[in-house]
Amino acid sequence: MMLNQWLPLLILASSLVPGLLIFYLSERRSGLRTWLNMSGAVLKLLLVGVMIWGVFHEQVYESRWTLAPGLELVLHADALSVLFVTLSTVLWLVTTVYAIGYLERSPCRSRFFGFFCLCVTATVGLALAGNLFTFVLFYEALTLATYPLVAHKGTPEAVRGARTYLAYTLGGGMVLLVGTIWLQTLAGPLEFAQGGILESIPGLDPTTLRWIFLLLIVGLGVKAALVPLHGWLPQAMVAPAPVSALLHAVAVVKAGAFGIVRVVYDVYGIEFSASLGLLGPLGAAAALTIVYGSVRALSQDNLKTRLAYSTVSQVSYIALGTAILGPLATVGGLVHLVHQGLMKITLFFAAGNYAETLGIHRVSEMDGVGRRMPGTTLAFTVGALGMIGVPPVAGFISKWFLALGSVEAGAAAWVIPVLMISSLLNALYFLPILYRAWFKPAPEEWPLDSSAAGPLETAGALLWPPVATAVLALAAGLLAAAPFSHLEWVQLIAAREYR
Amino acid sequence: MTSLLILPVALPLLMSLLALIWPARVNQIGVATGLLIVLIGSAIVALVAGNGVQSQVLGGWQAGLGIALYADGLTAVMLLMSALIGLAASTFACRYFAGKPTLVQFWPLWLLLQAAISALLLSADLFNLYVALELLGLSAVALTALGSGRAALKAAVDYLLLGLVGSLVFLAAVVLIYARYGTLDMLLLGAMLQAEPITWVALALFTTSLMLKCALFPLHFWLPAVHANAPAPVSAALSALVVKVVFYLLLRLWVDLFAPVITPALASVLGVLGAAAILWGSFCAIRAERLKLLAAYSTIAQLGYLFLFFSLLVVMPEGAQRQLLYGALLLFALTHGFAKSALFLAAGEVQQRLGHDRIAELGGFARALPTTLFATALAGIALIGLPPSGSFLAKWQLMAQALSLGHWYVVLVVALGSLLACIYLFRLLGCAFSPGLDKAPPVVERRAQLSPVMMALIATIVLGLGSHPLWQLLADVGGGGV
Repeated sequence: MMLNQWLPLLILASSLVPGLLIFYLSERRSGLRTWLNMSGAVLKLLLVGVMIWGVFHEQVYESRWTLAPGLELVLHADALSVLFVTLSTVLWLVTTVYAIGYLERSPCRSRFFGFFCLCVTATVGLALAGNLFTFVLFYEALTLATYPLVAHKGTPEAVRGARTYLAYTLGGGMVLLVGTIWLQTLAGPLEFAQGGILESIPGLDPTTLRWIFLLLIVGLGVKAALVPLHGWLPQAMVAPAPVSALLHAVAVVKAGAFGIVRVVYDVYGIEFSASLGLLGPLGAAAALTIVYGSVRALSQDNLKTRLAYSTVSQVSYIALGTAILGPLATVGGLVHLVHQGLMKITLFFAAGNYAETLGIHRVSEMDGVGRRMPGTTLAFTVGALGMIGVPPVAGFISKWFLALGSVEAGAAAWVIPVLMISSLLNALYFLPILYRAWFKPAPEEWPLDSSAAGPLETAGALLWPPVATAVLALAAGLLAAAPFSHLEWVQLIAAREYR
Repeated sequence: MTSLLILPVALPLLMSLLALIWPARVNQIGVATGLLIVLIGSAIVALVAGNGVQSQVLGGWQAGLGIALYADGLTAVMLLMSALIGLAASTFACRYFAGKPTLVQFWPLWLLLQAAISALLLSADLFNLYVALELLGLSAVALTALGSGRAALKAAVDYLLLGLVGSLVFLAAVVLIYARYGTLDMLLLGAMLQAEPITWVALALFTTSLMLKCALFPLHFWLPAVHANAPAPVSAALSALVVKVVFYLLLRLWVDLFAPVITPALASVLGVLGAAAILWGSFCAIRAERLKLLAAYSTIAQLGYLFLFFSLLVVMPEGAQRQLLYGALLLFALTHGFAKSALFLAAGEVQQRLGHDRIAELGGFARALPTTLFATALAGIALIGLPPSGSFLAKWQLMAQALSLGHWYVVLVVALGSLLACIYLFRLLGCAFSPGLDKAPPVVERRAQLSPVMMALIATIVLGLGSHPLWQLLADVGGGGV
């Protein structure tokens, strides 16, 4: 029993403690720093493995700590939190390897990796949060931990981007805070429970609940980059590539999307939300975001900005799946939480490799890069095809379930067109990149050629992470129906959310 | 054991004399006194937690004649806070004043200030409170004048004049009360006060005097110059403790003494003034060009929050909800005390190492003074009210109570004030993290001052994650007429 209480805390500590230690390391101790980083990441992965096994066998992992009367810090592992924790942990490990390679010989690495560890701690904390109060706590902590990462380069552009990021997220955090406090004064401690908790509480005014829902979704929508709250995301692109990768795949935007999932399913309850008429507006916002993000992505020449708008669009698939009533759509939304992470992190790693190795920042500079960097470009191709929704890459599975779910819920009339437009637009902004990279002739000389003489196209620490995540994205698609797959896990969650 | 209560007053008084006659050992005397007061403060907290409210009359006289002392949960915790901040500022002062001629003048006055703070917290008699208030004001003025330059001197003179006006008004109120009721003992008076014109006049005079002394908007105008120009350890004590014990006194008077006379309208006047203080103080802090000035304006804003708490507290019916808000008020006051002292001490360190504290020119601060920057950032988190600081929990409770009472404006003001605080503190951090022009001589941080970091850690981690015993203590022992 002791372990069950301590496991969530240990999982947090496995990145918090290395982070705090790293702050105090001098710049030169790169060996020790790498060791701390990697051992923390591997240890976390092992601990999460134990947790998956336990949750599968219906063990209860819960830590509680009273901060003030009525305000409890609760860390609790349920099937949904395990899904997000696993995703964060796996991608953290990969990103750590990548970041070590990426930042080799750059200044202020102790500061960077310190905040990097804090960022993952906050993400895992909000994944494990057992009530809305704890969620808000880690949601704010995540803002604080990522701000120095976005501003890391210290250039005026980076400082400006970070300031925009901060203005959006702190404002959103405040709105979320007010909504949470308001709901808590009406309904008591908001412990997450499958099927929701509000329906069983008597005497709640539906209009008030709708206003509170609006506050919560606006607060979460800032991080989830719902239009029109997405303005910070393209500007936060000035961050170093590993940060962008983590921001887009797991940490920040996913925190928002995960929060929306929690609020709809485990606080309001999906059926109760539907009866309050909340799902329609949420679905409309998600559909608008999906189309708008894709349209904006079309006209971006900067590769990372194009990927950023693609994120704006893709993350809203999760919100879309949440907004459609029915277990199949739930599966589609939740499974995309994993799929978008795998695919987008691959794309950002690849973009970082182009920038680091060849100095390529723009789509228009990518002619013939496929032959120069085949491994990276192959990974990029897998990610891009997945985003479009080409089988057998993971993205196809998400869209399949979303479409099935919309038919089941009778919402096919608007959801399927949105999915089709989005896929078309995705193809329009990804396929030209692939065409340039593979089929156009390479220029005489690259903007920058810093690759070391070696058998590989770039440093190993830069090449293997995107390859690994691309393989994972492929495997997630190919093996989705295999036993013990993430899809089966998500179906388990979806089955429990409907009574 | 009850003679313990006199020690936090008597010990620094005696030590102040000792520091006067033995200038060669002032640092040791000062720090040893600080340590002893922390021990005494802890003992009083333990005593109150174990045995309940403590009171004592000195000299064997009956209540009403002797010097009456009183400590409940609120007093004990405030006492311990002021002891800890006093100790941190004392150790900081040893290095801050090293080699300066003002060193020997600083310590006797400093110990006198600590005695005055303890006396104000512990006294249960209006006349003694007046004496403590005078002692507090005069020693604070003298300490302010130790700051360098004409600005410090001018601020000190203004501070002196306003302090005297405030004290006279307070004295007038004391005289009125004595003339009408024949006693100044607060425990006795609490049962006697009646709603009649003379009581209202006395209440108005008390409130005006204390508003002036704790710089509630619109009577805040003197504070920025004083807090920004005093020597750093003194600024820390002024901002973190002096205005706060004055607030404590106001709270005591309203909640313990004048409770039968208070109407919701009166309370909401103070609440509105508090809201104005939050917005105006934060706005000025955003425009401040110097770090210490920023910290001073932030104090005005943070005091505004205390008055928001206050305005809700005095009108709430007794019960669990009021108890919650009461605990939150105390937690907010504590967090602000520790965080603000950390910010001022860090600012002093910056001023000494970099030679100035102009925010726009702080580039390179991060590289030159990492430990000090760490303290500044943690203090900033606590001042904004971000998790995991104590003020996050306190603001949560404030907003929750305001919502259940239907006071929407409080929620809006708290949200807006927190966002404004984000602006001024992140602007500061942004400048500190910028690479800076490499014209300044590189400063290497050797033997960093640790007291700002300790204070900031208490404000964020200890009070954020471990404040539950505080509520427990208040629930068990009570305080504030609950």
